[in-house]
Amino acid sequence: MATLGSFALLIALALAAYNLFAGAVALRLIATGQPTRVSPERLADTARRAGIAGFYAVSVAAFALIYSVFTNDFSITYIVEHSNRALPAPYKFAALWSGQEGSLLLWAWLLGAYGFVLRLTHKTDVKLYAYAGTILAAVQLFFLAVINFAAPPFSLLRGAIPEDGNGLNPLLQYPEMVIHPPMLYLGYVGFTVPFAFALGALMMRYPGEKWIRVTRVWTLVTWLFLTCGIFLGMHWAYAVLGWGGYWGWDPVENASFMPWLTGTAFLHSVMMQERKGMMKSWNVWLIFSTFLLTLLGTLLTRAGLVSSVHAFAQSSIGSWFYTFMLIVLAVCIFTYVLQRGHLRSEQRLESLVSRESSFLFNNLVLLVACFVILWGTLFPILSEYVEGSKVTVGAPFYNRVAVPIGLFLLFLTGVGPLLPWRATSLRSIRRNFIAPTIALWATVIVCMAVGVLPWKNGAFDAGNFYALVGFAMSAGVFAAILSEFLRGGAVIARQTHRNLLSAIVLLIRRNTRRYGGYIIHIGVVIVVIGLCGSAFNRSEERELALHGTLPIGPYTLECVGFTQDSNPNYNSEYALLDVYKGGKKIFQMSPERRVYLASEQPQTMVAIHSVPGWDLYVVYEGTNPDSGQPIIKAFLNPLVGWIWAGVVFIVIGTFIALVPSLSPATAVVRVQAPRTAQEPALKGGD
Amino acid sequence: MAITPSKTVNLSEGRAATEGEGPAVTAPKGTRTWVIHPSAFFAKGKEGNRLAFLLKTAQALLLAIAVCFSTGAGNSTIRFNDLGHRLMCTCSCAQLLGECNHVGCPESGQMRDELSAAIASGATDEQILSSFAAKYGATVLAAPTMHGFDLVAWIAPFAVFAAALLGTILLVRHWSVGRVEAPAPATDPAMNALRAKIRRETEASDL
Repeated sequence: MATLGSFALLIALALAAYNLFAGAVALRLIATGQPTRVSPERLADTARRAGIAGFYAVSVAAFALIYSVFTNDFSITYIVEHSNRALPAPYKFAALWSGQEGSLLLWAWLLGAYGFVLRLTHKTDVKLYAYAGTILAAVQLFFLAVINFAAPPFSLLRGAIPEDGNGLNPLLQYPEMVIHPPMLYLGYVGFTVPFAFALGALMMRYPGEKWIRVTRVWTLVTWLFLTCGIFLGMHWAYAVLGWGGYWGWDPVENASFMPWLTGTAFLHSVMMQERKGMMKSWNVWLIFSTFLLTLLGTLLTRAGLVSSVHAFAQSSIGSWFYTFMLIVLAVCIFTYVLQRGHLRSEQRLESLVSRESSFLFNNLVLLVACFVILWGTLFPILSEYVEGSKVTVGAPFYNRVAVPIGLFLLFLTGVGPLLPWRATSLRSIRRNFIAPTIALWATVIVCMAVGVLPWKNGAFDAGNFYALVGFAMSAGVFAAILSEFLRGGAVIARQTHRNLLSAIVLLIRRNTRRYGGYIIHIGVVIVVIGLCGSAFNRSEERELALHGTLPIGPYTLECVGFTQDSNPNYNSEYALLDVYKGGKKIFQMSPERRVYLASEQPQTMVAIHSVPGWDLYVVYEGTNPDSGQPIIKAFLNPLVGWIWAGVVFIVIGTFIALVPSLSPATAVVRVQAPRTAQEPALKGGD
Repeated sequence: MAITPSKTVNLSEGRAATEGEGPAVTAPKGTRTWVIHPSAFFAKGKEGNRLAFLLKTAQALLLAIAVCFSTGAGNSTIRFNDLGHRLMCTCSCAQLLGECNHVGCPESGQMRDELSAAIASGATDEQILSSFAAKYGATVLAAPTMHGFDLVAWIAPFAVFAAALLGTILLVRHWSVGRVEAPAPATDPAMNALRAKIRRETEASDL
């Protein structure tokens, strides 16, 4: 299998190289119109087919690695380091991305899969897809070169073959780890496609905005994968790391968040280009930056540039990534400078109080947020370079700098949809802003009445203050979005004599993109409410003897037993805790601590009981070496469930936005690509 | 900020306001559209009062930000919790001292004891953080300090935000230069009726 996998990777490399060079030559010949013996169209088609074949080759290599994991082929170094015989089957799949070589192979396979779909659908626009396919081949060539020459997954073990492997990192032996990394990678890798379309469209001076519409679908799908990947990662951190939180501003978390921010900015600003022909250069650079940030994220995760609890594989592939990122940046700058005349805005802004301005400010805030996170992530390196000593840039920095920016962004989320394109009237402002303003201030009053005060014990409390502002803003934004649905639904109900609910459903189906977007915003509001709950987290820690109790919030935990268990993969010890509320037993929890046999590493398995108001989160921390008694730490984390519920809304909203509307609700000027019946599909352009 | 009533409410404006946007953005028939011109933000002279108002608003905002950044804590439990979240555990777990939950952690227990003792001794927050940094190195502090090169870490985000804001305003100003006013509306009754019909239809089709 190792031989098959290695050969498959070499063949994939050769096919990617052919795809790139044949594709580039064909497109050049078509652009210059130079007569040749071989038809450039046919040459381009062979390049496309090479790309498809390359996907098959990488698939064979990925299959060979997974097969080797399942058959415990410990002649391969990677299998020894990341698997063992007792590893449960689902986690054998996780071995593919638990190490550097495997995760780079996963990247190449996903890129091949995206390219496969792109190349199969090339008839949508043959020439644009040929450009995009060739650019994808260049990226694929880089990753396959790294896999073949710098981080080969099939390198054979020197010396005697061991009986068993070292096992998978215990942190990765959790159900979400089977889907979180692939989801995140689908997001990372997926941004290569809009990047390829943007760069290709710029290279060929693509007329009109069709490439934007093609790219939008890819971007939205990719954005959804990245969003799900980020939130799955948060849930994994919450359930596995055992510190009671879900986001620690860790460099690797930040690395996934940065392309999400620029991708979100792109999804908003692209509407300006579609409707008004504005922000063309901006959009191109947003998608270029997003792609570069995905590479940076991989670099941070894999090259050990910064220390992180999420960086499971580190090595010296950094120089490959630095070089590639520089090449990509140089190509982007060169192409932009050469073709910038093609990106002139067609219209001008008319009013500061308009939808256009809100998009501008939305982009400004998203980009500043991205800069803040990039700055905080890389500042330790900069500090070490300037001062010779490293500093830590942790949660306190981001909480002070990024949280206010996030609240401002939430404010814009509410205000933007209420403003019309071009200009607005005072009457319209009054009408649209009354309900959100009332909701906002009513929430402030209610929150303060129930004790959410921006001060504690006579001192200003930043956490409570941000929570209060967050709750109030969320209420305002929710009221703004709800009023949009109700107002539109009421008009349709009047016109079609339906009830309000079915009228709102019809409203959504008539403009899925707009109202899908609003549902995503509702999801964001729900997530923010959940995040605000963290200001009121409580925790208690205690050594618990048998029948000892631990009170926290409305609950009392009583220890009714400690026990041990073992299986071929790990030994575990756990506590049995009866949970009482109001003197009545309501459920039992069993937090656990495992020690994995192969790696001899301990791992916490948190017990979580989630209700809409809060999570009861219990950690078995181990036994006190002095007293021999178990230590239990309990957290009461308000509103955490809202975060995961908000993600469901975001997913639903994105799916709705991807569905075509019932009837065209927008007046987009469609520009036909220059293509006539007499000319071959690839002719024209430069 | 100058808000000027536009005299150019016409068919094209009404449609533009409603195009694909549903009822929330519809300019009602006969309503005067108030165009807030970007250049108003740069007006001088008669806008002096407004400028003073803006300055006062900016001062109030700065004061609010200063309050946000001058968080303090009263009793020792709150101080312990606050300082525990401004220090890192040095056992390589990459967690805040207040959140490190490793049983048998070789560092956090001792560090917590030191923190409690320092608070009990009456030292200020600044003194406690300095003593930890002197003992464990600068990486024990969970965020850069407010002096020396570390200050750059705090200033840069706000400087970039200010520069980006200024850039956006200049961009808006640049885009708005040379804006062509739409022609005055026709007064032909037949055209008015047609205009009203199209408004109704576009409002309906937006939904």
